[in-house]
Amino acid sequence: MSASTDQNASGPGSEVGHLEEKPPEFGIVGGIGAVALDLFYGGREMYSVFVRTLYYSFRGKKEKGALMAQLYEIGNKSVVFISITMGFIGMILVYQSGLQLQRVVPDYTLLGATYLELLVRDFAASIGALMLATRVGAGIAAEIGSMVVTEQVDALRMSAADPIDFLVVPRFKASLIMTTVLIVWGCTVAFFAGAVTAHYAFDVKYSTFMNAELVDAGDIIIGLTKCVAYGAAIPVVSSYCGLSTFGGSEGVGWATTRAVVNTSLTIIILNFFISGAGFLIFPG
Amino acid sequence: MASAEAEESTSFVASIGAGFLGAAATAGGMTILLVRILSRLFPPRIDIQETWKNLYKMAVKSLPIVVVTALFTGAIMVIQAATIVKRYGAEALLGWGAGFGTLREIAPLLTALMLSGRIGANNTAELGTMVVTEQLDAMRVLAIDPIGFLIAPRFFSIVITLFLLTLFADGLALFGAAYTGQGLLGVDPQTFYNGLTAGLLHFGDVANGLIKSVVFGIVIALSSCYFGLSTTGGAPGVGRSVNATVVASAAGVFVLDYLTSFILG
Repeated sequence: MSASTDQNASGPGSEVGHLEEKPPEFGIVGGIGAVALDLFYGGREMYSVFVRTLYYSFRGKKEKGALMAQLYEIGNKSVVFISITMGFIGMILVYQSGLQLQRVVPDYTLLGATYLELLVRDFAASIGALMLATRVGAGIAAEIGSMVVTEQVDALRMSAADPIDFLVVPRFKASLIMTTVLIVWGCTVAFFAGAVTAHYAFDVKYSTFMNAELVDAGDIIIGLTKCVAYGAAIPVVSSYCGLSTFGGSEGVGWATTRAVVNTSLTIIILNFFISGAGFLIFPG
Repeated sequence: MASAEAEESTSFVASIGAGFLGAAATAGGMTILLVRILSRLFPPRIDIQETWKNLYKMAVKSLPIVVVTALFTGAIMVIQAATIVKRYGAEALLGWGAGFGTLREIAPLLTALMLSGRIGANNTAELGTMVVTEQLDAMRVLAIDPIGFLIAPRFFSIVITLFLLTLFADGLALFGAAYTGQGLLGVDPQTFYNGLTAGLLHFGDVANGLIKSVVFGIVIALSSCYFGLSTTGGAPGVGRSVNATVVASAAGVFVLDYLTSFILG
């Protein structure tokens, strides 16, 4: 039994006997080189998926109803999840920043305004997208991964339907639209949850808290840029992980895991670059 | 289980009821699993070798992800605080402003979210594969206790990993924050560290984050083990279980984050 857990540890494809033989260890430099090569090939593949997705988004065949089905799958089915998580994160953020203020100047007049600015600039988009990465990204990878291991994707290729056109493009378009919609909705939920928390925990009046004077055009542009960037990144990264599945049920599990991790990492790294650029362009 | 029935029923009320029943079944199943795992502690019947192996696989192998996440998180916190710091010209408070949120909230939260993807999902995939290939039944036939041999080591490994890696992420996030502050705002890292240790930030704030990390560890470990064990239906079933795990872990982490924040004050 412990031998089989060993196999599970050694990664995808370990169910297949002849794939299991590993090359000899090359030491630290070899290890770093292997990681770098992996990253390079993975990045190139992902880039290729992205470019083909963009190409087919404009040139591909339009399948009736596919977009609608994905909009429902990605959007409607995530509403409850997004509402719960964003509601709680709104309460937590206001509570924590209220505690933080309490230690210096117990003056809560700008709490709501600053909170709304941060929410629009960063937290709504980033935390909402991290949530969508787990909910939507894992779903896409699990679905496409199961199709790959049950050879449905090969059947698609046989029928001269490019899997990217047929599977990825509807998810890509749906995610672009629905990520933005869900993040705007999540931002609203988080703000109102925050207002209620501020009212009960720190006695801040609703009229004082609901103050949008610090939100300027720059904040909204940064927030929407993030929505679009994350909305594009989630389906591309997770579809890539799903399409590169191999090795039965264990492979599907691995693909789903990689989709969640890679999508979340992509979001955090994109967030760093967009926030940095945003700060330099709109220092307001 | 009830979610499958929910899809069949057309009535709105019935689907809400099925959702509640499903959630109740999941919560009950997780509680029973937790009791079973804890019962293996008295007397200790946990496979030590498995625990070490899992700790290596979970903690050591997750280091790169945690390093990247923590460095970027610290940097992002400073970028967000930068707007406010510039407005009031309070550079000395940058360390405190970014450090407070990082240590209390963001570092434990993002570490937990990343690890729920990396470890929780992976754990479910492994257990799910074992369940659908009937390896767990084989263990029972051989009179090996699956909880003591497989589940309890994973459970404790995940909790320990979360705690240790959050500690690690706290340090790295502050490091990333200090150097972003230098690059972006020209605040000397020394000023940043002084802002951290000037007396506005206490040990309690760090402990607050660490207690949360243990709570998150328990949530992630329980949900990943539970959904892994309740996998049915081949390769697509494993995918569905992994999906259910990450969703349940994320929702559980947020809800318990709020509750622990309030209880700890």
